[in-house]
Amino acid sequence: MATLTLTRKLAILADAAKYDASCASSGSEKRDSAGSAGIGSTEGHGICHSYAPDGRCISLLKLLLTNFCIYDCAYCINRSSSNVQRARFSVEEVVRLTLDFYARNYIEGLFLSSGIIRSPDYTMEQMVRVARSLREEHLFAGYIHLKIIPNAAPELLIEAGRWADRLSTNIELPTDNALEKLAPEKRPSEIRTAMARLRGRLEAAAPDKGARARPEKFAPAGQSTQMIIGADGANDAAILTRAAGLYSGYQLRRVYYSAFSPIPDASSRLPLRPPPLLREHRLYQADWLIRFYGFEVPEIVAGGEGGDLDLGIDPKLAWALKHRHAFPVDINRAEREMLLRVPGLGINAVNRLLAARRHHRLRLEDVARLTASIAKVRPFIAAADWSPGGLIDQARLRQKLAPPPEQLALF
Amino acid sequence: MHLVRLYRPNDFDEWRRHARGLIAAGIAPADIAWRYGNDGYELFDEGELLPAATGAVGTVPRLFIERAQLAIQHSDPVRFSLLYRLLWRQRYANHLLDDATDKDNSLLTRLVSGVRRDSHKMKAFVRFRKVVDGAGKARFLAWFEPEHFTLEATAPFFARRFAGMHWVIVTPYASAWWDTKNLHFGPGGRKSDIPAEDAVETDWNTYYRAIFNPARLKVSMMKSEMPVKYWRNLPEAANIAPMIRNAKAMEQDMIARAATQPPPRHLRRKPESDEDIEEIQSLADARAAVQGCRRCPLYEHATQAVFGEGPERADVMFVGEQPGDQEDLQGRPFVGPAGQVLDDVIEKVGIDRRRVYVTNAVKHFKFTPRGKRRIHQRPGGGEIQACKFWLGLEIGFVRPKVIVALGATAAQSLIGKASITISKLRGEPIQMPDGIVLFVTNHPSYLLRIPDAEGKRRERAKFEADLVLVRETMAELEKSAAPSGDA
Repeated sequence: MATLTLTRKLAILADAAKYDASCASSGSEKRDSAGSAGIGSTEGHGICHSYAPDGRCISLLKLLLTNFCIYDCAYCINRSSSNVQRARFSVEEVVRLTLDFYARNYIEGLFLSSGIIRSPDYTMEQMVRVARSLREEHLFAGYIHLKIIPNAAPELLIEAGRWADRLSTNIELPTDNALEKLAPEKRPSEIRTAMARLRGRLEAAAPDKGARARPEKFAPAGQSTQMIIGADGANDAAILTRAAGLYSGYQLRRVYYSAFSPIPDASSRLPLRPPPLLREHRLYQADWLIRFYGFEVPEIVAGGEGGDLDLGIDPKLAWALKHRHAFPVDINRAEREMLLRVPGLGINAVNRLLAARRHHRLRLEDVARLTASIAKVRPFIAAADWSPGGLIDQARLRQKLAPPPEQLALF
Repeated sequence: MHLVRLYRPNDFDEWRRHARGLIAAGIAPADIAWRYGNDGYELFDEGELLPAATGAVGTVPRLFIERAQLAIQHSDPVRFSLLYRLLWRQRYANHLLDDATDKDNSLLTRLVSGVRRDSHKMKAFVRFRKVVDGAGKARFLAWFEPEHFTLEATAPFFARRFAGMHWVIVTPYASAWWDTKNLHFGPGGRKSDIPAEDAVETDWNTYYRAIFNPARLKVSMMKSEMPVKYWRNLPEAANIAPMIRNAKAMEQDMIARAATQPPPRHLRRKPESDEDIEEIQSLADARAAVQGCRRCPLYEHATQAVFGEGPERADVMFVGEQPGDQEDLQGRPFVGPAGQVLDDVIEKVGIDRRRVYVTNAVKHFKFTPRGKRRIHQRPGGGEIQACKFWLGLEIGFVRPKVIVALGATAAQSLIGKASITISKLRGEPIQMPDGIVLFVTNHPSYLLRIPDAEGKRRERAKFEADLVLVRETMAELEKSAAPSGDA
């Protein structure tokens, strides 16, 4: 086999990595390189250093160590039956690229994943070596995200957590049946057991109040996972139920939803058409509402029809339109929980509203200063000088508030 | 009219010195004109120049200082007078900053977020180029055009991040440089002060093109996060136009490249051995096979099946309801708080732990997610029925003489009746068809849920009495079995 140049390998192994949606570099500990001879820092919130024309943030150098793989997952471009060009980085090559990119301020750090070669342990060991070299030999203090191979040895997992900020294991598909059909070598319960093991390590590493000895550091940015949307027949209810189960069981920071995207040399076991990107967007919105706005999965799903979210409007508005009897909400009296359910009011706006109303009664124009679009909020609230009257009961309210059809042309 | 001339566009301390003097002299906001540099320089500008004050002249919330230090970096000329007006008004309205609906306050918020965003974009979009001097020393240089006067406040971020590098950031109005120990500031410069290229940019451009998914084109999203005004200083931005132009064709090409014949490497691959055990011949077989159980839907959301634990042949088997949160995570029965209660009582009444097998009527954890917690849900009749298969295997292989049903679910599974009243069944041995003696008692988690200490003590005593009965029955069975064993 002809030797590939580093640039050519980079093209192959970045292309192979792009189907993983996660690029977050946030939520880690605060640290920097001051006083060390190295470089790197993480200060809590991540930084998107660039954006590609697909609208996705480029924060981390997202690479596969190799795209050779002994598994044959139908949805994956790197499955063993695919004819994509294969390549493999050496540990040193990934380390060099990471440091070169970081020093020029292109990236926040590295997100390393890999096809499975030889064995899960061997592959995991190679990834851990990259992280160890960056931290130990090069005093790199930037962000590192490592993909965990579910059935790799627990010692490797522990070492991965020592060097990495974040670890992730992909759940891949919303239902076990679909996973077994499309990814015959993967065991759903093995994936969840790996997450459970990570949760155990993360909890053990959380500093105990009052305890003097600090436990050994373990992946301070926690764990996350990814689910592919639209490669199987699962509806949004199944997807969100799966996500809620994962959040509650394994303390995940994030579940990423990745609309299945056509891949070259696709397997004939896959659907022919990708799902609308808007579906992915609606799922993220629903996920957000469940985690931060006090919504339950069945409530959110009931905003749409037949177990799927309404693609035309956001899930909070969809919920409100089906619960018009709960509105208008009195902006001067309502509890925080209810204010959070008003379409168009985010957490920040609600916090400011609560602070402001301690000092005077709020009028509609006061609310307008706190929100991006008062038109969306107006039908659902009552203020000192405003009552929506019959607005809330208008049959045409949905059409009025739905985004113009141009946006729907996205899919 | 008082004219205040500031020499720096973003120096909070300079503004504060003037503001203190003006407040001390009681000059109202409307009577002051703030000017910076040569802005609006009017030769015959009239007005009295007040001496700037150095000490504090009153108190303001710390939040005001924090926000003013940010807002003063904004390029909007209104910033100096706005800050003074807010300062002036706060003398009478203490909570002005809490009122986000106030006009001045919401303008302050707008300036603050503008500056924050600009500073954030600087952290994101500065691109260093490396030069190596004759002595082999590397320096990293960048040209950046911020929208506001944000370099001084943002430079410490670069110092913390690139502590081990010599770097310079040049902007039109100022420059910052770092020598691995100290941060310095100097005058502004020009784009031509920075080298025109860097060898690593070839790889960066390669990466930028490769990480793009042409099937997801969303140009407006990119432009809102990475506004076009920054593009001229981003090396990767030159790729954008051709990438957008070719996206459709690339996507079509991806779809058109239909599945081909798998490569020989794939065909040589050994098929994975099928782990499903058709014939379950031992407890170990059952333990392995239960992981693939699909007899009811509970497997979908549980982490794993939790099988029983204990010796392969045990005299007594304790059967609980189902694994809880901890059991589900660790894959072992009775490792949570209820397991602790059970262990304590077993030890206290003197049952030999080495002769005990513990398991559950249902092998997968049933729960409803509630935020970051999983709330235990009682298994239904269908689930209990489906899982009876596994409990039956365990009983068959372990061959206990005594079984203790802990709680209604276990009793339901073992007796086969849907309605169980523990208080009626407890304390009496029940003969099972295959010669096994069954006892029914509470689940230990019931003891944990009793709120009052007195009730807790009473129920625990009953639970202990039930287990004493178990111990005595074990001893009796042994005695009656022993002579025949000798014969």
